[in-house]
Amino acid sequence: MRLRSIRTTALAAGVLLLAAPGLAVAQDDGPTPTDIAVNSIWVVLGAILVLFMQAGFAMLEIGLSRMKNAGAVAGKIVINLSIALLMFWATGFALAFGDGSGISGEMGWFLNATDASADTNSLGLNSFMNAVGAYNIPVEAFFFFQVVFCAVSLAIVFGTMLDRTKFIGYVIFAVFFTGLIYPIVAHWTWGGGWLAKDGFLDFAGSSIVHLQGATAALVGTLILGPRIGKFRGGRAQPIPGHSIPIFILGVFILWVGWMGFNAGSTLGAVGLNFADIAVNTNLAAAAGVIGATIGSLFMFKTLDVSQMGNGAIAALVAITAPCAFVDPWAAVLIGLVAGVIVPPLVVLIDKIRVDDPVGAIPVHGVAGIWGTLAIGLFATEGRIGELGVSPGLLMGGTAQQLWVQFYGIVATIAFTGAASLIVFLLIKYTVGLRVSEQDELAGLDIAEHGMYGYPEQFIEVPGAFPEGARGMDLANLGVRTPSTD
Amino acid sequence: MKKIEAFIRHESFEEIRTRLSAMGLPSMSISEVKGSGRQGGYTESYRGAKATIFMRPKLKMEMVVNDADVDRAVDVVLELAHTGEPGDGKIFIIPVDDAVRVRTGERGDIVLAPHPEDAA
Repeated sequence: MRLRSIRTTALAAGVLLLAAPGLAVAQDDGPTPTDIAVNSIWVVLGAILVLFMQAGFAMLEIGLSRMKNAGAVAGKIVINLSIALLMFWATGFALAFGDGSGISGEMGWFLNATDASADTNSLGLNSFMNAVGAYNIPVEAFFFFQVVFCAVSLAIVFGTMLDRTKFIGYVIFAVFFTGLIYPIVAHWTWGGGWLAKDGFLDFAGSSIVHLQGATAALVGTLILGPRIGKFRGGRAQPIPGHSIPIFILGVFILWVGWMGFNAGSTLGAVGLNFADIAVNTNLAAAAGVIGATIGSLFMFKTLDVSQMGNGAIAALVAITAPCAFVDPWAAVLIGLVAGVIVPPLVVLIDKIRVDDPVGAIPVHGVAGIWGTLAIGLFATEGRIGELGVSPGLLMGGTAQQLWVQFYGIVATIAFTGAASLIVFLLIKYTVGLRVSEQDELAGLDIAEHGMYGYPEQFIEVPGAFPEGARGMDLANLGVRTPSTD
Repeated sequence: MKKIEAFIRHESFEEIRTRLSAMGLPSMSISEVKGSGRQGGYTESYRGAKATIFMRPKLKMEMVVNDADVDRAVDVVLELAHTGEPGDGKIFIIPVDDAVRVRTGERGDIVLAPHPEDAA
């Protein structure tokens, strides 16, 4: 059994562990088997919730794409989750969380703990991950939780690239993003790298997961160019998604999944107040919906349902970094601001002729920046004192933390932007990134996959409609109609 | 007085409508149709079973204009619907006996007169 003779390891400073006030942090005897079991249940449950967020992204993107591309979006999500799982296992996890330099990890390939340095404990966790610090969960639980985060970041990248990207383009980018790009940025903070040493804080990934995904998404849509018909005569044309109910289902699945994303990022349950984080997350999301609704009313004079949904996601993204470090009132404020800025940003992005079909750039990018900076404004002494950093500027602290947060953001955008640019250009000039104009007009379902997501909409399907329901001759069915009377 | 019936690609329609409207000929109807021709079909494949779909979606645009306007209206469609590939469509020109404006009861050419001053 793995659970015997666990050594005590002090909590490493600078990692994202939240100790609830008043509860003992390190026990002399180390965690009991019960502690480990309880922690593992929470972390694995959190990972399952985050895994299910893929369904949320699928529904959200399908809802906001056109009918002729619905099947292609679904296929893209399922292949990309699979690539993320395999690549993060092969190289990503080692680069992100293995011991190594301040830039990247260097051990733990294929989750193999046997290539480890001397320090091995029976949880397997510290065998190659000393810099990460101690969590009282098995290494597999830690891996499962981190790999689904990586898959979320990848899903965000492709939000701006709907309806015109080649399937092979998605596949190749996914391999590089999940196997190399995302893990390096994750290592800087969560793997004990240089940003962690500088005191950069990002509890659950406003910057690492969301801003990073959105940065690559921006590069991707710039290289692809807009969908045919998006900009005509110098003006952005609406290309409405085909199902607002499916979009909102996606929003709710993501919202629920976010309980695992944020509250699960305690990476343990015993002695940790994850319920507090869940409450902050929900308060922010609610405020985000209100904010986007008000924003939509001011900007468009209508109650745009797609903006309301985007407001929820923007707020969830924004509260992701500070959820453990701020008081509930600040969570509401952070969420409200994230929601209000969505409608004007959507208009602005249209104005500069960037095609972003789902709003990933404002919702994951700008809200991610806002959330990451918000730590430097609203973090309280009581919640981050143990991490040895200054409270937020508005909470009696200095601007020091705001500065660290700022250059952490700049570093993330610069690295991910440059790396994504290289990979996307590589794809563009080898196998090609964009489908032909003819294929785009026909729709990716039939052009790339040879099958429609909604076949009855486009082709004759044997027996698709109930006998007599379409084109039925009422007279022959013996139904009395005015003309037969 | 002629009816112009044009079978065109969906994506060419908006430009055609804009141009005709600016010329004072905004009165038209469109319908989604499916048709076959030289463009040929395409193959749908579902779990290994294949079916060729011969009827492709097209747009049918109909407008009735005075004889004096037929050529310039047709020229607009010809210019903007043309890609050079099979599947660009066809235009049919059909004689029409009379036209009646329901609102006023007027008959004849006056009903179809271009009105560029109203172009939006």
